[in-house]
Amino acid sequence: MSHERYEMVVGLEVHVQLKTRTKAFCGCSADFGAPPNVNTCPVCLALPGALPVLNEHAVELAVRAALGLGCKIDPVSVFARKNYFYPDLPKGYQISQFDQPLATGGSVVIGKTEKGSDIRIGVTRLHMEEDAGKSIHDRYPGATAIDLNRAGVPLIEVVSEPDIRSAAGAGAYLRTVKQILQYLDVSDVSMEEGSLRVDANISVRPPGQAKLGTKTEVKNMNSFSAVEKALESEFVRQCALIDAGGRVEQQTLLWDGAREAVRPSRTKEGSHDYRYFPEPDLRPLMLDEKWIDDARKKLPELPDARKKRLAAEFPISPAEIEQLTVSPALAEYFEAVARASSDGKAAYNWVMGEVQATIRASGEDISRFRVRPADLAQLLSLVRDGTISHTAAKRVFAQMVETGKPAAQVAADEGLLQVGDEDAIAGWVDEVLKEHPEEANRYLSGEKKLQGVLVGFVMKKSKGRADPKRVNQLLSVRGG
Amino acid sequence: MSVDNYTQLGAAAIASSVRAGDMSPTETIRASFKRANEIGAGPDQLNIFLHANEKASVSEAEEIQKRVENAADVGVLAGVPIAIKDNIASLGLPTTCGSRILTGYVSPFEATAITRLRANGAMIVAKTNMDEFAMGSSTENSAFGPTRNPLDVRCVPGGSSGGSAAAVAAGITPIALGSETGGSVRQPAAFCGVVGVKPTYGRVSRYGLVAFASSLDQIGVIGRTVDDAALGLECIAGFDKMDSTSSDADVPIYRLAVLGKPARDARDARDPDTEAMRIGRIPVPPPPPPGETTLRGVVIGKPKEYFPDSLDTTMKDVCERALDRLRSMGATIRDISLPQSSLAIPVYYILAPAEASSNLARFDGVRYGLRVESGKGLKGMYEATRSEGFGREVTRRILLGTYVLSAGYYDAYYKKAQAVRTLIADDFRAVFSSGVHAIFTPTTPTPAFPIGAISDPYEMYLNDIFTVTANLAGVPAISVPIGRVRRLPVGGQIITAHFDEYGMFRVAYALEAALGKEAHQ
Repeated sequence: MSHERYEMVVGLEVHVQLKTRTKAFCGCSADFGAPPNVNTCPVCLALPGALPVLNEHAVELAVRAALGLGCKIDPVSVFARKNYFYPDLPKGYQISQFDQPLATGGSVVIGKTEKGSDIRIGVTRLHMEEDAGKSIHDRYPGATAIDLNRAGVPLIEVVSEPDIRSAAGAGAYLRTVKQILQYLDVSDVSMEEGSLRVDANISVRPPGQAKLGTKTEVKNMNSFSAVEKALESEFVRQCALIDAGGRVEQQTLLWDGAREAVRPSRTKEGSHDYRYFPEPDLRPLMLDEKWIDDARKKLPELPDARKKRLAAEFPISPAEIEQLTVSPALAEYFEAVARASSDGKAAYNWVMGEVQATIRASGEDISRFRVRPADLAQLLSLVRDGTISHTAAKRVFAQMVETGKPAAQVAADEGLLQVGDEDAIAGWVDEVLKEHPEEANRYLSGEKKLQGVLVGFVMKKSKGRADPKRVNQLLSVRGG
Repeated sequence: MSVDNYTQLGAAAIASSVRAGDMSPTETIRASFKRANEIGAGPDQLNIFLHANEKASVSEAEEIQKRVENAADVGVLAGVPIAIKDNIASLGLPTTCGSRILTGYVSPFEATAITRLRANGAMIVAKTNMDEFAMGSSTENSAFGPTRNPLDVRCVPGGSSGGSAAAVAAGITPIALGSETGGSVRQPAAFCGVVGVKPTYGRVSRYGLVAFASSLDQIGVIGRTVDDAALGLECIAGFDKMDSTSSDADVPIYRLAVLGKPARDARDARDPDTEAMRIGRIPVPPPPPPGETTLRGVVIGKPKEYFPDSLDTTMKDVCERALDRLRSMGATIRDISLPQSSLAIPVYYILAPAEASSNLARFDGVRYGLRVESGKGLKGMYEATRSEGFGREVTRRILLGTYVLSAGYYDAYYKKAQAVRTLIADDFRAVFSSGVHAIFTPTTPTPAFPIGAISDPYEMYLNDIFTVTANLAGVPAISVPIGRVRRLPVGGQIITAHFDEYGMFRVAYALEAALGKEAHQ
């Protein structure tokens, strides 16, 4: 296998659409999904005489993202024009940042080594830029349609150091970056809607060699797993090429998801000279230290901090914490339930169990889930103080999802309040023993393992209302 | 005051007559079109107008008339006809920049400068001819044929705002808007015997001005007199949120009638954070008493680089006479040096084409304007459209600009030119911080030349030799008629520090008054 004789070296460029109401340099809506060319104006159509004006909110979000990724914000950054001709690039240049980006020198931790130290991936730079429009080649025969709704939408580009050594590492890096950006609430980070896009630079070299091999750039991956597959595939291709005595050629490749292979891009890289120069229509972006400090102070809690805090606060395992903190909304939901019910373990079980199952089935967003954390906490309290049984609780929960009514009311309406009353339970036990003489006789003559079956009969008879603890106690007494 | 001598009236006089009800906007607009017909502003004659719509202008005039009758605030340009260079986006009339590539293009939005003029009661008479995309010094580079100089139809009117200068010189409008990148307002103003002002970079919004070289472009005003130019600039100056490079420095009142009692003197009210403050305080003599036009205490610098031995002796004489008149108004003339001036033309012809090559990329045949299908796919369409759409000079500059920005050449050309540009600006800073209030130079090395006389592009570029430094440094400058050389008008240039248009106009008013009839002799 080539894998042992070569090491994979990967750097990723992640383009993230910022969650602004309007575009980066004009007042047009930045919403996804409008009819073609509706969200356009003289500025983003590049009509003669129109000028860009920087969206302040985009700067705030970009700075927040940069701080969250551990970058240093440069108090002076400069917008630059990246010049190239393409029909979906109205101005003939993209406003980006080049030699003076917004932020540099960040890093993220994507996991631990076997020895337990952090695996840290460097973030070379983070800069602001605008998106291009969309070319639609397959809609009209013999023609290309242009939709400029996306032209001018604000993006950040996060460029990693070539610190990634495996396809799995690339996946971990992407999930970590995505999670951080989600926690920062700067983007929808959805690959489906195009608000997160990834280009990968990959080269191979013998382990221990310091010099980097010739890299290729792989584009057109539409999911994190596609990135991993594409890297794996390109790694194998490069290794085989070198083993056969060939040389890797610097080029841009497109990932073909259907064929699970890369193919050369139609545009020839290297023939591109973007002729960058400072954008004269915008002044240098100057951010004062105090403003940056304020932004830093206002940063929301990041995933690592939240994990540490949850571990200290609730009796749940690291693996469980990982599950709960995948998205900030889920973590917040859990925390609210755990705090209100004072039962972290039960909160974990319910949130990762019934709640996740329900929203996964409905495709709902947890932040808009009908059963609010306080409602779920109430349900958990009813279970804990024995007002309803665990079995009944699941039915109550289903009703809560259905009707939006509070737990106590559902339990009462449905007659699911647990009965702890000795006489009632004794009555149900007697009836069960009478109705199932065979099991009763075997149990009473010492076959203890039948107790569970009998408890089940009692619970069924009581429609889940009997307190199983009491039922067990009573049966034990009868069975001697 | 009567509309019969319309061509002799200043903008302020027209506006006050209109506001007083002595003259109607309909009369002034008709007088303007009458004059245009008399003089032959159309394509077969002087070729001043590219697009005019008398009907639309008259209905605009009727609107203004209603505002007058309703005693609404019609503004300081009430009923004043104005001509607009064809690279400033206007509603209703096309905006073609003198280029085939924009033939028939009508902008769906209006430039801020035009909106402000109209808000002050001005009426748009026509869009005027120009060198294609403002690239040229003679208006010969227009795709729609050259404009002729109304003072001598064999000669060029200068450029690139040749149509606007000619419109004012011909008495069609008292004020016209032009645009500058390297002298395109001052040079044609000088050639046509009128006043042309290029404000400080950032003083006037560029929103709606079709970009040539964004870091140098600035809308300027051409007026029959200094007062016309001052009034026009006052109306269009000031911050605009649509242009990030426009300055929020206060706009003082520039007109003589109120000079000396500046209600909103920017020099005292300037926001400490603005550009103006960062470049250091401007040395300003105490304001003169109200209405006073003397220049007591004003120091005027005479840079030796602008009076080379090679300068035409008649031109030299006319300049010396102007300097004498400034002296007679009480000014002190001091010999100074702007040592980097000789580098201005090379620097300009690197930076301006570099920016132009990028600014003109949007004319690609995809969304508007000319599209020529070649049958050779997308790239073929680009090539055919741009080859047919752009003229020779524009193509030359796009190629030049593309070259200087290319990988491997950027540092040697663009970057170095930027560094020299800073040195040129430093020259002006040094002079203005040494107690000099204004600089006087000839506007051009020669008067207007015959149409077709200059075919070498570099020789044409040298027309800008005295004007381009102000664009590179971003300082304001004005050209005022100071006499005739071989019976053709020439201009004297007054340059002041950033945002000191107030000081610039003060000297210009005084010079105009001191020269009197000599200005046109």
